[in-house]
Amino acid sequence: MNSTSTRRNFVKSAGALSLLGTLASGGVTGCASLGGVAKPKVVVVGGGYGGATAAKYIAMWSEGKIDVTLVERDAQFVSCPLSNLVLGGSKTINDISVAYGGLAKYGVRHVRGDATGFDPDKKTLALADGTSLPYDRLVLSPGIDFIPDALPGLASADARGKVLAAWKAGPETVALRNQLVAMKDGGVFAIHIPKAPYRCPPGPYERACQVAWYFQQVKPKSKVIILDANEDVTSKKGLFTKAWNGQFKGLIEYRNNQDIQDVDATNNTLKMTFGEDFKADVLNVIPPMRAGNIAASSGLNNSNKRWCQVDWLTYESTAVKNVHILGDALQIAPAMPKSGHMANQHGKVCAAAIVALLTGDTVNQTPMVANTCYSFIDDKNVVHVASVHRYDAAQKTMVPIAGSGGLSVEQNVLEGVYANSWARNIWADMLT
Amino acid sequence: MNRFSYQVMTGALVTALTGMYVGAAFAQTSVSPTLGRNLAAQCANCHGTNGKSVADVPSLAGQSAAMIVQKMQDYRDGKLPASIMHQLAKAYSDDQVALMADYFSKQAK
Ligand code: HEC
Repeated sequence: MNSTSTRRNFVKSAGALSLLGTLASGGVTGCASLGGVAKPKVVVVGGGYGGATAAKYIAMWSEGKIDVTLVERDAQFVSCPLSNLVLGGSKTINDISVAYGGLAKYGVRHVRGDATGFDPDKKTLALADGTSLPYDRLVLSPGIDFIPDALPGLASADARGKVLAAWKAGPETVALRNQLVAMKDGGVFAIHIPKAPYRCPPGPYERACQVAWYFQQVKPKSKVIILDANEDVTSKKGLFTKAWNGQFKGLIEYRNNQDIQDVDATNNTLKMTFGEDFKADVLNVIPPMRAGNIAASSGLNNSNKRWCQVDWLTYESTAVKNVHILGDALQIAPAMPKSGHMANQHGKVCAAAIVALLTGDTVNQTPMVANTCYSFIDDKNVVHVASVHRYDAAQKTMVPIAGSGGLSVEQNVLEGVYANSWARNIWADMLT
Repeated sequence: MNRFSYQVMTGALVTALTGMYVGAAFAQTSVSPTLGRNLAAQCANCHGTNGKSVADVPSLAGQSAAMIVQKMQDYRDGKLPASIMHQLAKAYSDDQVALMADYFSKQAK
């Protein structure tokens, strides 16, 4: 075939871009199989916004030339974005859940299981059930896990079941909703926010709004207290404070610089670094976090031992070859939030790069990603923040594009419609 | 476009194009057929995979390229009211918009 020789010449001439080929050409290394007998294999771990998107797009864009397996323990995806609406009561957990079944039509194989580690030399991923999966490229989208010893009082599962984080959507979201429903009118809901960086910067403030909106309707004597370890509101400050001083006046109180030493789950109490202990009827603590366990246990968290550094052209780890990392686990580039929308965009840049690497094409040297975070103030009014980022070759990182992006002028119902539309489209973009 | 037409690019040209935006040079050279696809993938979160929306935000799939280009310019220049597109449109060059518009116009409705 004519194009084969053209391609081989091209691969040689662009060798500086470290291309990998899979054509039956010999001398091309890095793939488990050559010669068109077996396809190159990509294994994706984690079916969240990053991983599910990467799995679908690698399968779709390679037009079946790459064998894609998604390792994900659950049968359905539950969205973190919009999960605060379950706390507010305007949505149920089913409204924000989507089954993984839709990925099959792209050729993605869903393996239900827990990945425990990988062997970078043999290029195999180990699963908790003792089996292993071979890969040419491994994609980890492990999300976040809480730093184990940061809050000793939350070391036990019992304690964590009482003072909930609900920072991964699912059973804890429902459990926290149940605590709010069970709380007496006149009670206090307190949310503790860790120092940035953490997953979903505006999320805690949106949560405060959603709980206040719920209280306003059925428990108007109750209060929401935001205890923020940060010096100030970390996202959409003007828009949130306007709601707190407007429709939620007297219902929401914001306190900054609220460092904590520990949590006493038996008494629903925070041990403050400065000042008196703080007790709440429903206490919601978002512990300090880092890249998800599989990244941390395999030494991929090479930034402060918390987050993972990657090459922004391919999302390949700077610590281990042939392993790509997406989403909240990353050491972020300047002004790049840890959001689901962003993880979806990481997934696509990574997918394009992996398809190029495994089929002998060039890796795009000018990737861009766009972010939007919609936050619900109540059940209908929404605010957004948006930004667009491009790769800067000199700095080897992603930089925000000057003059683009921005915030809503004020909360509005049209963006409530668009935020719901966003959810349906991004879930479909990942999963169906 | 021939799927592999970009393969004739030399390593030097690839390097020359690295780190710069899709510029006039790109318009005359054969552009990687995946560039428009990759750029357009940024829009899919809100407009659906390949521009096929399943919700309230309009589909871009199968719309005329000229219409998409015109609207993106109008959003950028503040001539068309928008909740968010005016902020996003400012991030893209005319060449990038043209590539995305071409890609969406060729997708099934
Ligand atoms: C965060 C969600 C979001 C993203 C991302 C997004 N759009 Fe939009 N788009 C919208 C919304 C919402 C509208 C309606 C106008 C408005 O309120 O901004 C719209 C409208 C449009 C329209 C007008 C469609 C019509 O039929 O009138 C075009 C064209 C368009 N967008 C192009 C794009 C392109 C190209 C991209 C990617 C670079 C993109 N959009 C990314 C949300 C989005």
